[in-house]
Amino acid sequence: MELEPLNDRFDLLVTKRSVEVLSFVEIWHGDSFPVVKNILLLDSEGKRVAVKYYSDDWPTNTAKLAFEKSLFAKTMKSNARTEAEITMFDSNIVLYKFVQDLHFYVTGGEDENELILAAVLQGFFDSISLLLRSNVDKREALENLDLIFLCLDEIVERGMILETDANVIAGKVAVNSMDPSAPLSEQTIGQALATAREHLTRTLFQ
Amino acid sequence: MAQPLVKKDDDHDDEADYSPFLGIEKGAVLQEVRVFNDPQLDPRRCSQVITKLLYLLNQGDSFSKNEATEVFFSVTKLFQSKDLGLRRMVYLIIKELSPSADEVIIVTSSLMKDMNSKTDMYRANAIRVLCRITDGTLLTQIERYLKQAIVDKNPVVASAALVSGIHLLQTNPEIVKRWSNEVQEAVQSRAALVQFHALALLQQIRQNDRLAVSKLVTSLTKGTARSPLAQCLLIRYASQVIRESANTQTGDRPFYDFLESCLRHKAEMVVFEAARAITELSGVTNRELTPAITALQLFLSSSKPVLRFAAVRALNKGVGCIDLLVFQNAQESDLVMGLLELVYFDPVAMTHPMAVTNCNIDMESLISDQNRSIATLAITTLLKTGNESSVDRLMKQITNFMSDIADEFKIVVVEAIRSLCLKFPLKYRSLMNFLSNILREEGGFDYKKAIVDSIVILIRDIPEAKESGLLQLCEFIEDCEFTYLSTQILHFLGNEGPKTTDPSKYIRYIYNRVHLENATVRAAAVSTLAKFGAMVDALKPQIFVLLRRCVLDSDDEVRDRTTLYLNTLGGDGEVVETDKETKTLLFGALDIPLVNLETSLKNYEPSEEPFDIDSVSKEVKSQPLAEKKAPGKKPTGLGAPLAGPPSTVDAYERLLSSIPEFLDFGKLFKSSAPVELTEAETEYAVNVVKHIFDRHVVFQYNCTNTIPEQLLENVSVIVDLSEADDFAEVLSKPVRSLPYDTPGQTFVAFEKPEGITAVGKFSNTLRFIVKEVDPTTGEAEEDGVEDEYQLEDLEVVAADYMMKVGVSNFRNAWESMGDDFEHVDEYGLGPRENLAEAVSAVINLLGMQPCEGTEVIATNSRSHTCLLSGVFLGNVRVLVRLQFGIDGSRDVAMKLAVRSEDEAVSDTIHEIVSSG
Repeated sequence: MELEPLNDRFDLLVTKRSVEVLSFVEIWHGDSFPVVKNILLLDSEGKRVAVKYYSDDWPTNTAKLAFEKSLFAKTMKSNARTEAEITMFDSNIVLYKFVQDLHFYVTGGEDENELILAAVLQGFFDSISLLLRSNVDKREALENLDLIFLCLDEIVERGMILETDANVIAGKVAVNSMDPSAPLSEQTIGQALATAREHLTRTLFQ
Repeated sequence: MAQPLVKKDDDHDDEADYSPFLGIEKGAVLQEVRVFNDPQLDPRRCSQVITKLLYLLNQGDSFSKNEATEVFFSVTKLFQSKDLGLRRMVYLIIKELSPSADEVIIVTSSLMKDMNSKTDMYRANAIRVLCRITDGTLLTQIERYLKQAIVDKNPVVASAALVSGIHLLQTNPEIVKRWSNEVQEAVQSRAALVQFHALALLQQIRQNDRLAVSKLVTSLTKGTARSPLAQCLLIRYASQVIRESANTQTGDRPFYDFLESCLRHKAEMVVFEAARAITELSGVTNRELTPAITALQLFLSSSKPVLRFAAVRALNKGVGCIDLLVFQNAQESDLVMGLLELVYFDPVAMTHPMAVTNCNIDMESLISDQNRSIATLAITTLLKTGNESSVDRLMKQITNFMSDIADEFKIVVVEAIRSLCLKFPLKYRSLMNFLSNILREEGGFDYKKAIVDSIVILIRDIPEAKESGLLQLCEFIEDCEFTYLSTQILHFLGNEGPKTTDPSKYIRYIYNRVHLENATVRAAAVSTLAKFGAMVDALKPQIFVLLRRCVLDSDDEVRDRTTLYLNTLGGDGEVVETDKETKTLLFGALDIPLVNLETSLKNYEPSEEPFDIDSVSKEVKSQPLAEKKAPGKKPTGLGAPLAGPPSTVDAYERLLSSIPEFLDFGKLFKSSAPVELTEAETEYAVNVVKHIFDRHVVFQYNCTNTIPEQLLENVSVIVDLSEADDFAEVLSKPVRSLPYDTPGQTFVAFEKPEGITAVGKFSNTLRFIVKEVDPTTGEAEEDGVEDEYQLEDLEVVAADYMMKVGVSNFRNAWESMGDDFEHVDEYGLGPRENLAEAVSAVINLLGMQPCEGTEVIATNSRSHTCLLSGVFLGNVRVLVRLQFGIDGSRDVAMKLAVRSEDEAVSDTIHEIVSSG
C-alpha cells in the first residue's frame, strides 16, 4: 500500500497537465528516418473505430475529423480490397486497404518512401487480421478494441516505426493475457492468440 | 432478394449498427473508475473500464483537468495488480493522460520497479512510458537503466530504449549523447529492428559530425544490414554523405557502388529507396542513372498500385527541372541556348529526359490505371518527357480519361498540355482541338480559367493558332456562366480580333452578348465593338449601327460607354479614319496603377484646375505579403488586376511642395517607404523617408516624442556625411516644438551630382532642447537643456533611384525597346542557399518590379528566368532579363541583359550589380 500516503496529498498537488507532447514530425527536419504521421481505422461510414496521430499537422480534434472525413470521401469508392491502394492527399501520401466494413489508413509525408509506409499498413492490417481471426469487421473490432489499441501502440511510437512484422506485433499484443512467468518462446503465437481471444471475449462487456 | 453472402453469427444480427460502446457516457465511465480503488481488484473489469476511457479519448472526448487527475490517481492504484493484461492497459492510459510533472512522481517508483522486472514485456513498456512522461531531472536517475536496456538481449527492450532515446535526444541531448558506446554496440545487434532503431539514433547523435556519419556509413556498407528498414536508412545516410561531399571531392563518387548494389536487394522498399536516391543525385551520369531507371521501370508494370505509384512519382520528380527549363524557354530559342550554357555544369538535367523517355512506353499503359493518382502522374510525366511523334496518340488517350478525373487533376493536365504545346508548336492543331473540346465540357471556374488561359497563351505565342483559337473563345462565351471569363475574353477579342484577316466574323458573337448577358458583360461587349470600329475602318458603319442600338440600354455604364464611343469615333454619320490619339485615349494601356489613380482622385479638390492624370505616380507600391497570391510559375494569360494599399506618394508630394525651400528641386522622382531609425518603445520614435529628386535627396524624419513629461523644441537631425562622399548638405529644417505624442517632421536636404547613382551611409543624431512638463498643469518649464539622441544609420542605395513600374506584356515591351542600348554580361554570384534566395537578392538590389510572376521560383529548380521592369532616375525606362543557373555545389551564375532608353542607364544597372 505504498500509494496510500500520497493520496493524502492529493488535494495539495498543483496539477498542471502538460499539453506539450513533443511532436516528432515537427522536430525531424530532413528525411533522416521514415516517419508515420497517423494510422487510422475507420468504419464503412468513415467514423472512427480507432485512430492514432503522431504529427502536429492536425492540431485539434476538429482538424483530425475533417481530415478523416475528406480522406474517406476521396477513397471510399476505390477498390482497395485485394491490394493496398495509394493516393496523394493534402501533400501527404496515404496508403489504404479495406476489408469488410473496416478501412485501414496509414499517412506519411510527401517525400516518404511509399513502400515503407506500405509495410506499416501491411503490418497493421495483418496483425489486426491475426488478432480478430476470421471475423475482421467493425463489430469484432469494437469488441476487441483493447487489442486494437495495443496493436497501434506496438506498431509506431510517436511517429517512429517500432515493428512491421504482423506476427511479432500480434504476438506482443496477445502475450498480455498470459501468465507473465511463462516465457513467450514456449507458446506458439496461435496458442497465445487463442488464449487472448478467449480471455477477452469472455470478459469484455459481459 | 439478394441475401447477404456471409451470414453473421447469432447474437446481434438484428441490430445492424451494434456497438459495445453504444450509448456510452463520459460521466458514467468516470464513475466506473472507482473500481480501481477496490481492495480486491478485478483485473478484467478494470481492463474493461480502461478500454472505455481510451475509447472516449480516441473519439475526441476530452477530460477536464480535474477529471484527468482523478482518473490518473485511480489508475496508479492498479500497479498493485499482477495481471499482465491489465498492466498493459495501465501503461496505455498513462501515456494517453500525459500527466503533469507532479503526477509523474507518483508513478515513477512503480515504473522504475517494472523497468527492472524480470518480465521483458514489463521492462520494454515501462521504459517507453517513463521516457514519454519524464523530464530531465528524472532522466539522470534512470539513465543507468536505459543504457543497460539498450544492450539488453531482448530485442523488444532494446528497441524500446533506443526509440525512447531518439525522442529524448530532442529534449536532453547532452544525456543521450553519452550513450554512444551502447548505441554503437546495438548497431551490431542481430535483431533486425534493434539495428534499425540503433542506426537511426546513432545518426541523430552524430548528425552534425560529417566525418562520423561518413565513417559510420563506410563501416556498415561493407557488411549487410539485417532488415530492409535499416538498409533504407543506410541508403539515406550514404546519399547524405554524397551530397555533402559534392563540394569537396571530384572524381569518384563515394558509395555509388553501394547504392547500385542495393538495386539488387530482395526487398522492394530497399530497391526503391536506392533508385530514388540515385535519380536525386546531382551530377549523375547517364551510365550511373540507367540501372536506377531500369529498376523503376520494372515497378511500373507491377500488380501492386503502391509500386506503380512510387515509381511514376520518382520518375516524374526526376524530370522536374527539365520541365521547367523547356517550359519557360520554349518561346525563345536564343534564350534556351543561353541557358544551356548556364546549365552545362548540371548534366542530370540534360541526361534525365533521355533516360526517362525509355520508360515512356511502359508508362503509357498506366494512363488507364485504376488508381487515378497513378494515371494522372503518368500523364503529366509523359507530357513532360514525350516527343513530338507521340503527341497525337497521347491526346487521344487523355481525351478518354478526362471525364473521369476531378477538376484539380484536370488543371494539372491542362497546364502540362500548355507547356507541351509551347514545346512543339507544330502540334498546335491537335492540342488546340483538345483544349476546345474540354472547354465545352462541364467544369468549375478554375478549370475553365486554366483552359482559357492556355488558349490565350497559345494564341499569343503561336501565330498560326490565332484564328482558330479566337473562334474557340467566341464559341465559349456564347454559353459561358462566368462573368469574369466572358469580360476577359471580350477584352482579348477586342485586342486581337481586329488584327485578323476577317475581323467581321467575330462581330456576331460579340453583339450577341449585348442582348443576352448581364450589365458587366454588356459593357465589355460594347467596348470590344468600339475597338473593332476604331481599328477596322471597313466595319465602321455596321459597328455604329450596332452601337446606336445600345444607347438605350437599361444600365448606365453601358449607355455611358456607348455614348462616349459614338462621339469620339465620329459616329454621327461620317466615316472618318480614327486618329491615333483617339485610339490611345480610348484603348491605350493605362500605365498607372489603379490604386494610385484612386488615391489621387480622392485627394483632388474640385477647383478651376482640371484633374491632371500625368500627376499620378506610376510607381507600384509593394504589396503586403499576405495579400499576395503566389501566381506560380505559369504566366498568367488574363492578367490579374493589381491591388495594393493606397499610395502615399501624393501626400508626400504635397507636403514637400508646401515647403518653399524645396520648390526649386524640381519634380519629386520617388519617395521610399519609411525606414525606422529607433527601436520600438524607446523615448523618441523616429523614422525616415528618402525623397529622391534629380539633383537632390531629401530626408524626411518623422519624429514622435513618447514621454509625457517632456516637451522638445528645436528638434533637428545632425547628419554625418563621412561615409557619403557624393552628398553635400544644403539645408536643414528643424521642428519648432514637439509635444508629447504629436508627430513632427524635420527635413535635411542634400545635393548630389546629376546623373550619378550616388550611394552612401549617413549617421544620424537627433538634437533638441528638452523642457520638463508639469504633469498636473501641462505647462512646460521656462528653461530647457540641450540634449542629443543617437539614431541608427541610414543608407541610400542604388534601388532608391529606381521606381517599380510594371509592364503588362514584357516581351512586347522588350522588343519595342530594341537592342540599341542593350548591355549583356555574365556574373557569378557565389554559393547561395538556393536559387530563390539569389533571385530575390538581385531583385532587391535593383529595386525593380518583377513581371509576369517571374519572381516566384519553383522549389528545387536549377535554372530560372526573371523579368524586371522599372523607371530609373530621369524617367528612363529600364527592362531587365535575368537568367540564373545553380550547380551542384550551389554556385549561382547569372546572365544579366539590360535594355533601356539610355545607354548610360544600361551601364549603371550593370555597375549596380557588379558592385552589389
